[in-house]
Amino acid sequence: MTAALIVHRIAPGASVQDNGRAGYRAYGVSRGGAADPLALAEGAALLGQSTDCAALELPGSGGVFEATAPMRIALTGAPMRAVLDGSPLVWNASHAVPAGARVEIGGAVAGSYGYLHVGGGFDLPQRLGSRSAHLAAGIGSAVQAGQNLPVGQDTGSAVGLCLPHDTRFDGGALRVVESFQTAFFEVETRARFTETAFTRDARANRMGMRLNSDGDGFAASGGLNILSESILPGDIQITGDGTPYLLLWESQTTGGYPRIGTVIPADLPRAVQTPAGGALRFRFVSRDEALEAERKRRDHLRALPKLCTPLVRDPSQIRDLLSYQLISGVTVGDTHDEKE
Amino acid sequence: MLVSFGESLSEPANRAALAFSVAVAKAGIDGVEDCAPSLVSVFVQFDPLHLELDALTARLTALLGERDWFAAPMPEGRRFIRVPTVYGTELAPQLEEAAQAAGVSVAEAIAQLSDARVRVQTIGFAPGQPYLGLLPEHWDIPRQTALTKAVPEGALVVAIRQFVLFSVSSPTGWRHVGQTALKLFRPDSDMPFFLRPGDEVQFVEASADVLARHADDPDGGAVIEAIR
Repeated sequence: MTAALIVHRIAPGASVQDNGRAGYRAYGVSRGGAADPLALAEGAALLGQSTDCAALELPGSGGVFEATAPMRIALTGAPMRAVLDGSPLVWNASHAVPAGARVEIGGAVAGSYGYLHVGGGFDLPQRLGSRSAHLAAGIGSAVQAGQNLPVGQDTGSAVGLCLPHDTRFDGGALRVVESFQTAFFEVETRARFTETAFTRDARANRMGMRLNSDGDGFAASGGLNILSESILPGDIQITGDGTPYLLLWESQTTGGYPRIGTVIPADLPRAVQTPAGGALRFRFVSRDEALEAERKRRDHLRALPKLCTPLVRDPSQIRDLLSYQLISGVTVGDTHDEKE
Repeated sequence: MLVSFGESLSEPANRAALAFSVAVAKAGIDGVEDCAPSLVSVFVQFDPLHLELDALTARLTALLGERDWFAAPMPEGRRFIRVPTVYGTELAPQLEEAAQAAGVSVAEAIAQLSDARVRVQTIGFAPGQPYLGLLPEHWDIPRQTALTKAVPEGALVVAIRQFVLFSVSSPTGWRHVGQTALKLFRPDSDMPFFLRPGDEVQFVEASADVLARHADDPDGGAVIEAIR
């Protein structure tokens, strides 16, 4: 029998995601894939496996899951409260889950999208070269309670590793480069755009997020009759009433509303993780600065496996503390965070 | 990188975009990751850390000089497809508004839109979703200032002398004037995309009853013939 994760309860809109499908732009299919690709890469690093492995994306909160066989898991992205059969699980870390054990994941403490990875990845059939659900395109669908998610062959064994916690979960400043239509906006409008404090609207999804602000909108001069052009994730589109929308991985492939600029890939994880009501600002950067940021982003992704360190146990969370041999306050033996 | 063949939609610029996109894909330029035509332009996605912008510009400029792209032939294997369409009613509630914007009566709007033989100029926005045109000049109506929250799959919408036929339920700034039963995107099929650039389409007026009869037919009752 292949291993599976039984879904007893799950957040609305949760879905299985990998790196998405490249190359279908000409057919109107946007790339899709994990809303926070950095979190996907972090999970792969913690489990020592390919970044092509599919994980479960949890928007806002998690759910209740049961393992049909022993498996390894990793938890990344927006930190959520998680327990394994009642014992707390450290976020941004990998853990062993025995057969029959239950993993319960609660609401996000910060950020928007949490990820539950399994060793071997979720083994759903590929469609157009990817296991990702593309909710906007109608490819696959959100995961429902009662579903069994098949788990692929796990070739690794390491658990009890963690990555440093990141700061990308509270909004902040996003770097933007000029795009094809930035010149459609008056210089004054662009300046005002960078001076404005925005908040993420509550209705954001995998396609994009509306950015709210006080004061006037950001209309382009004569922007309602322009031809539809290719859209990229990160593009900030201004609709007819002057409201900016940040377009994400599952957005349309083309659109006719003018775009004031494009958030650089290095800052997209921060953008998508901004919780509802979180504050965002935009700063235009030069092409050179954007290329340097891209170089750093890729270096960081490559370095992730080396940044994984063994979990240090928090003594207050060890139920059977007295059964451990304590030498100078250091626990010896199994430093993993879970039962064997 | 965007290679644009015009500021506004024209038949030669659309031909050029379709043909040039094929040529860029065939050129197999190292560092180019994706290439897709839109109405009058070609979007070339490349890895800027692997391929210098100046080098790509030089390659594409050379390719542009190789022929008159505005005179390029249409793609081969084109088809003429007649699609039963309900205009107006509660199925397509913005017909009246669109007619008003175009300065014609509702009856004239139906006659003009259902007579028009339009061409798939590009696929985009959503999976397998066509932009079709051109409609007569007075249909150069702007998008709405606010978005319609969602039109259903098969919705025929109009703006800037073009139709868009929706392949999935989606928000839009265009006006919903007709409804079809056509399923443009079939993700489980070997041929997931029904329409191709260059295909010609006529949205023939039909009653709600006729549309309901085709509800289970992915082709939505469409009649297809080859263009020779």
